[in-house]
Amino acid sequence: MHRHRSRPAPLGAASLLLALAAGPAAAQEASGGWGLREENLSALVLFAFFSIVILISIRLARTGRPLFVRRIAGLNAVEEAIGRATELGRKVLYVPGIMSIDEVQTLASLAVLKHVAKHTAEYGTPLDVPNKDPLTYAAARETVKEAYLEAGRPDLFNDEMVHYVTYDQFAFTAAVSGVMVREKPAANFLVGSFYAESLLLAEAGQATGAIQIAGTAEVAQIPFFVVTCDYTLIGEELYAASAYLSREPVMLGSVKGQDFVKFVLLVWIVVGLLLATFTGNLALQDWLMSQ
Amino acid sequence: MFKKRLPLLLTFIAGMLPIFSFFFRAPALLEDDPTGNGVVQVSDTFEQWMVILAAGALLLGVVNVFQVNLKKISNRGKGWPYAVVFLTALIVTAVFGLWDAFARADITAWYAHAAYQWIVEAGFKPLQATMFSLLAFYVASAAFRAFRVRNVEAGILLAAALLIMLGVNPYVVRALPFLPDLTQWTLNIPNAAAQRGIIIGAALGAASMALRILIGIERSYLGLQKGE
Repeated sequence: MHRHRSRPAPLGAASLLLALAAGPAAAQEASGGWGLREENLSALVLFAFFSIVILISIRLARTGRPLFVRRIAGLNAVEEAIGRATELGRKVLYVPGIMSIDEVQTLASLAVLKHVAKHTAEYGTPLDVPNKDPLTYAAARETVKEAYLEAGRPDLFNDEMVHYVTYDQFAFTAAVSGVMVREKPAANFLVGSFYAESLLLAEAGQATGAIQIAGTAEVAQIPFFVVTCDYTLIGEELYAASAYLSREPVMLGSVKGQDFVKFVLLVWIVVGLLLATFTGNLALQDWLMSQ
Repeated sequence: MFKKRLPLLLTFIAGMLPIFSFFFRAPALLEDDPTGNGVVQVSDTFEQWMVILAAGALLLGVVNVFQVNLKKISNRGKGWPYAVVFLTALIVTAVFGLWDAFARADITAWYAHAAYQWIVEAGFKPLQATMFSLLAFYVASAAFRAFRVRNVEAGILLAAALLIMLGVNPYVVRALPFLPDLTQWTLNIPNAAAQRGIIIGAALGAASMALRILIGIERSYLGLQKGE
């Protein structure tokens, strides 16, 4: 463990603002090392622009303006999958990926898990959530517990519902595949961050005839899910899932803001493309590559 | 109040630190790295704390493994023999692993290391390799389903896949020397364009989600509702 100095440097926002106002070089001299990392200036500008657009969108959403978000088939099918499991009297299997809680995909998956758990609680359908990461396990357990509480069925929650398996990737895959083959869940949700185990899990589930809904932002794994699952949340759809499922205007506002930034980037790319094609001017491309 | 606000405040602080450390620098706080960026040092320290937290949570996970599997065995639940194998493997590996760790200082206790190594090399690694090698069969069965030409999109997918596979086959390339260039073009232009579209969308989605978490409007991962 690192030892800290007896006289810590001031970490206040005011000092930082003063230092920034005086300029980078002056800031360093005046405040003993405070300053802007100029090599990341472009990223800071983009970050500030993105944050401002999102915050404005959330603000607009709070005024009650109706927001249109395109239909996401995979999320509309969540209730259908749980309903099917209920009718068949079989369990719902939810795998929240294999990464820890510091991965944004895992957090997005937990938001979907809460929605799924609420429905299984309402319908009295058994739910099984195996975990590879111990921190994700702890968070998933609290998420499911709260969902059952909110659904008014805390009596249906038990500790075996959300359980830890192992930290090893393929041992975890073997255990979950075993559950799929032996217990034949009627609905499998594979939502979160997956790597080499994605196809192993999805094919095992496909062979049992379960309805499968997958979601990941790992580009290399998306094709595997597309060919083996009934519905796949591709990339940004996974991150929009919690907003889409909750239908909260404030959350949807942030999705609209994200779409606006995407549109701006698209225009930027097209302008750069046209400039490079018709004028041979690669300044925009060079700037983008270097920054 | 404590249960609801404190996690959100901690999330904000822990989430802002890496962002702050990427854009700004501050005086060093650590004596053993006097020229370093203070914000990065604080952020790194938080990351080290997370490793400690994960170790604590791992213990919680092991306790849960015992609870769930012992209950399954005692109730003779579905698949209980697997639970016996699971717990036996866990206990045997843990015992030999701990024995190896404690006996490491004693060079005469080579048998402790050999026993643990045998479990890893003769048991664990072949099992891992077996699981991984299943991918070859699953890729074939998934490809068979995906490449059935049921509509135009599936037809395009099949054509692209055939092009890529033939383009890396030395016998075919000898007969059709233009094929590798076409394969590379397919990978570098249309394929890369589609992938980048997904990556840009996912990156913006992740940033938007992170922002929602930082400002506290996305709180379902804490088990909290909007109004809480």
